[in-house]
Amino acid sequence: MPSTAVLAWHQYRLERRMFWRNPSAAFFNFVLPLLFLFLIGAIVSGDQDQLDVIVPGIAGMSVLSTTFSALAMNLTFLREQGVLKRMRGTPLPSGAYLSALAANAVTNAAIQVVIVVVAGRVFFGTGWPEDYLELVVFVAAGVACLAALGVAYSHLIPNFDSAPAFVNVVFLPVIFVSGVFFDAENAPAFLRDIGRALPLTHVIDGLSGALVTGASLADNAGSLGVIALWGIGGAVLAVRGFSWEARRG
Amino acid sequence: MSSPAIEVCDLHKSYGTHDAVRGIDFSVARGEVFGLLGPNGAGKTTTVEILEGYRERTRGEVSVLGFDPGERPAELRVRVGIVLQAGGMYRFITVREAVAHWARLYPHPRDVEEVIAVAGLQDKAETRVRTLSGGQARRLDLALALVGDPELIFLDEPTTGFDPAARRAAWETIRSLRDLGKTVLLTTHYLDEAQELCDRVAIIKAGRILAIGRPQELGVGAATRVRVSWRDEEGRLQEREVEDPTALVHELTSAAVARGASVTELTVVRPSLEDVYLELTADAAASVTADPVPARA
Ligand SMILES: Nc1ncnc2c1ncn2[C@@H]1O[C@H](COP(=O)(O)OP(=O)(O)O)[C@@H](O)[C@H]1O
Ligand SMILES: [Mg+2]
Repeated sequence: MPSTAVLAWHQYRLERRMFWRNPSAAFFNFVLPLLFLFLIGAIVSGDQDQLDVIVPGIAGMSVLSTTFSALAMNLTFLREQGVLKRMRGTPLPSGAYLSALAANAVTNAAIQVVIVVVAGRVFFGTGWPEDYLELVVFVAAGVACLAALGVAYSHLIPNFDSAPAFVNVVFLPVIFVSGVFFDAENAPAFLRDIGRALPLTHVIDGLSGALVTGASLADNAGSLGVIALWGIGGAVLAVRGFSWEARRG
Repeated sequence: MSSPAIEVCDLHKSYGTHDAVRGIDFSVARGEVFGLLGPNGAGKTTTVEILEGYRERTRGEVSVLGFDPGERPAELRVRVGIVLQAGGMYRFITVREAVAHWARLYPHPRDVEEVIAVAGLQDKAETRVRTLSGGQARRLDLALALVGDPELIFLDEPTTGFDPAARRAAWETIRSLRDLGKTVLLTTHYLDEAQELCDRVAIIKAGRILAIGRPQELGVGAATRVRVSWRDEEGRLQEREVEDPTALVHELTSAAVARGASVTELTVVRPSLEDVYLELTADAAASVTADPVPARA
């Protein structure tokens, strides 16, 4: 019998191949964040303070879109199409399958963060990361938390046709209140409070410390705590509500 | 020589207040091709998916290759191949990639190219799944269920939507499984399919088994009435259903001989499996109006 790890690896390879075959997914995952980065970079051009906000902000947005948005959409598709149900009838262990799906999303998140960091160094004067460990820790924590929330959120999405609307109604407001495009300190107080209650703001704070300001892991420990709380809640809901089949009618 | 491949005893399944399966018993011997035949909504998929481990039963005992499928044992999934009534696939995968990937999930898979050929998809091996026709996609379902070389195969309406040629080809494939000694449980609402493929058939309706047996036996055994028809002296077509046609035929022929005439268009027909099926699955109201025939002259 092939071991669970080997099966998960086969499945991961398949997910990667399928990902690259879907041109729109590849576009939205890699081109869109860069497009944002260059457009906003052009608008604020020369203002290094602004650029220092935008580079970690877009890195955080990339983590959100590759994990939360992508997993919510992907799982809705796989569930509605009956792919989840079919996989469940094979010897592939459920855990191996779901790990492969998650690892696929994590790979995209890692690729994008690297792209954004390199673009920041080459085009936007943010330099190389101040603290690589902090960068890895916050990307990993953000990925785990937002992936769990994406899986949990997919349970609320009734069908694939409505999935983009369901995802964007969360994604767009969250990137605005979480300080992706501007320093959250300049936002109205109530928006700032909402933003501080959400995990993405704290992912961006950590990335900002790692990439720009040099604020250490210890300085951002509180942020890590908020991310962990959301992540645990997301994981519980992701497991609780998980369904291998589309709801009827 | 060995225990049955499948045993089902007093199986019940309710969805909320709706009783979809209401006490079903049957067993499938190893190497047997067994069919669940019934109209839409009869409870075929519910029954099969309980045996596959997808749904929980409300009550009753089931055993598949000696395991309780409700516990979803890993050993069982290695030995079973499943064609769902509706199963999805990755959009951008090709036929060969799909079969090859599925093969990797099993410990002793069949040869990938051979399975593609058995499913009649040689010409489509490089084709992306989403551009396959409905019938071709169904044949891919079959290929994916066979590639792990399972000893027991579930086929839920394997040929629904096929044109006649594709249907015959799929039947050949299923017969080849029997020749390999596999056990097959299939569901269908096509009578000819049940008759062609199955060693034994259970006719199921509204969650109950109405008749069970070999297709030939069901034809003669379950409906005991024989239909006799003839044209009477006034030229009207007469029809009668009787348990034993001997007396009636004697009466008709001797009366005719006495008149020096012959009985025209005399037929004596035993019901076919189709008649049994229609009779058993007809609504109660319909079978009342189908009652016996005008008094004779
Ligand atoms: N998941 C479900 N929830 C509620 N009712 C269901 C569900 N699945 C099937 N049913 C109902 O149970 C009955 C039997 O369905 P099914 O087993 O699919 O029949 P068949 O496969 O013979 O067409 C039908 O009345 C159907 O509407
Ligand atoms: Mg069905």
